[in-house]
Amino acid sequence: MLKQIEGSQAVADVVALCRPNVISAYPITPQTHIVEDLSVIVGQGKLDAEFVNVESEFSAASVVLGASAAGARTYTATSSQGLLLMAEVIYCISGMRLPIVLTCANRAISAPLSIWNDQQDSMAVRDAGWIQLFAEDNQEAADLHIQAYKIAEQTFLPVMVCMDGFILTHAFEPVDIPEQKQVDDFLPPFKPRHIVDPRWPRGIGLYADPRFYMETRYILHRAMEKSEKTIKEVSADFAKTFGRDSGGFIKTYKLKEADVAIVSMGSVVGTIKDLIDQLEEEGKKVGLLQICSYRPFPRQEIYNILKDKMNIVVLEKCISLGRGGILASDIRWSFPRAEKKDRNISSFIAGLGGRNITSDDLRYMVERVEKEPVELEFLGLKKELISDKDL
Amino acid sequence: MEEIPTPSKEQPHHPLDDLIRTDRIPHIWCPGCGIGTVFSACLAALKASGINLQKTVMVSGIGCSGRAAGYVKLDSFHTTHGRAIPFATGLKLANPELNIVVFSGDGDLFAIGGNHFIHAARRNMDITVICVNNLNYGMTGGQVAATTPYLAKSTTTPAGNPETPFNLPLMAYACGATYVARWTMLHIRDLTDSITEALCKKGFSFIEALSPCPVNYGRRNKQKPLDMLKLYQEKAIIKNDADPATLDIDFEKGIILGKFIDLDRPTFIENYDKIYRPSRLQENVPELNS
Repeated sequence: MLKQIEGSQAVADVVALCRPNVISAYPITPQTHIVEDLSVIVGQGKLDAEFVNVESEFSAASVVLGASAAGARTYTATSSQGLLLMAEVIYCISGMRLPIVLTCANRAISAPLSIWNDQQDSMAVRDAGWIQLFAEDNQEAADLHIQAYKIAEQTFLPVMVCMDGFILTHAFEPVDIPEQKQVDDFLPPFKPRHIVDPRWPRGIGLYADPRFYMETRYILHRAMEKSEKTIKEVSADFAKTFGRDSGGFIKTYKLKEADVAIVSMGSVVGTIKDLIDQLEEEGKKVGLLQICSYRPFPRQEIYNILKDKMNIVVLEKCISLGRGGILASDIRWSFPRAEKKDRNISSFIAGLGGRNITSDDLRYMVERVEKEPVELEFLGLKKELISDKDL
Repeated sequence: MEEIPTPSKEQPHHPLDDLIRTDRIPHIWCPGCGIGTVFSACLAALKASGINLQKTVMVSGIGCSGRAAGYVKLDSFHTTHGRAIPFATGLKLANPELNIVVFSGDGDLFAIGGNHFIHAARRNMDITVICVNNLNYGMTGGQVAATTPYLAKSTTTPAGNPETPFNLPLMAYACGATYVARWTMLHIRDLTDSITEALCKKGFSFIEALSPCPVNYGRRNKQKPLDMLKLYQEKAIIKNDADPATLDIDFEKGIILGKFIDLDRPTFIENYDKIYRPSRLQENVPELNS
């Protein structure tokens, strides 16, 4: 049913339809509404689940780890500092192959303190063995959670659904919330592979000395690679069942004929699409490649679709300090060494700490890369706030 | 005829203005919030204590009370959530001459940062911890905290809190704090005197200041803005030296306030120096005597 609804409420409603048994979370802006809404759903008896209020994100992640190990379908959500505080458990969850679903309401990281949106938080744990899916709008954010449970429980990999804080979490948009039966038909009950049960004692997360540890990493890496197939299948299955495309690996917009290809992910692609339409009217051919699955990284698909594009620009809301664009590095890596010579891959960092990315900013970016490739540039940087002393 | 003086266009100065970053005002605290009152009691105590304010630092964590560090005109640090006490510990160890005041909320100090509180008290770190207890997580919109009363409503316990809250003075005492007191923001003189005393006292001092949160806690628990203050007035029982085990907050039977613990034991630095830096102690002896 189509509802005019806040992004957080849409996610809470859809998570409830997935029937998690245990929910544990700690409030942090801008994720708070999601867990508040879920606590109301549980409080009203509409969802039979344990809702555990904990004292920190570290505990929230640990509670869902334990619950998942005992065979429960679990859910947690966080942002920014909360995700960083969870980091130790985040690695344990993937290492123990527990299919936990987490929503990351993307937010900037301290210091200085900022509650506003960028994507540095989920990037900080991109190497942890979690599938990371990025939502463009609230419909997709809601849909991705249904897919996330199916992907997680088929691959035994945890899934992080990333949605831009405030821009999505606090925005009211029409969202189609499916019926319970539709979700039940799509998402079968969770069948755990290993359960911690005193009748069949087993240990998980135990000590692995140098004779064994490396193999666990290899297996996890291969599992991440293999999950590519599951992500695609689940997304196709979702489209068939619910009648709309959501998620998957990558999406494109007017890319085929484009002279300049913009690569990005998250909610900013909406602004990019608007600009592409404007530029088209002015006779410029610009296209978009949107990354939906950031981990596993769809390298082959990206190569196939971008191999004829000689002018590529990557726009991202995060940075590897001392290295540059993170997504840009991944995109540059997607092309074989011999092919890199004549191809321009420009890198732009934008929107850090919630600075708006305007259509004018993006227009400037396109005009800039039409002239020459850009190794690295901060879009919309206020140079007047920086003195030589700072550098 | 006597001339009536024209009123000055400049805002009148508040007596504590010299301790406030006035450019940061207006503050973010909601109407009816008690944090400002506790904050001004703290500033008044800083003045009254006579300690060297040039060597005084305020440390806060995250949350409504955590904003205090941004308003005080002293060296101040706004740390990550829950980490005010370990940050203060580092400051004190690096520069034992500093007077360290930790000003933060119940959520920051006793939920996410609870572990740090118990260990700093155990070590008897020479710092003063002031906890504004408003019974919920105010900044994020009124979620249940480790101090929320049993059955109270919050945005994450819509049907009532099923958990038992902490008795904070008992915990502080049990962990080894050498000064423990509790007041409300209505008992402003007692609160100010208590903070003054704590600032001058060596060792781990803890003061709990009860404070209303009408916008988040009150609204969800059918309390009008003044109701909590009336409870503070009607239900307060001042009982110095009360047994810490009897200090659970009970809004029906009574809320016990007072100074409960005031004792002396060696601080962390004193014990550390005794064992690991005996030579330094000896070197310092003539200086101390002079």
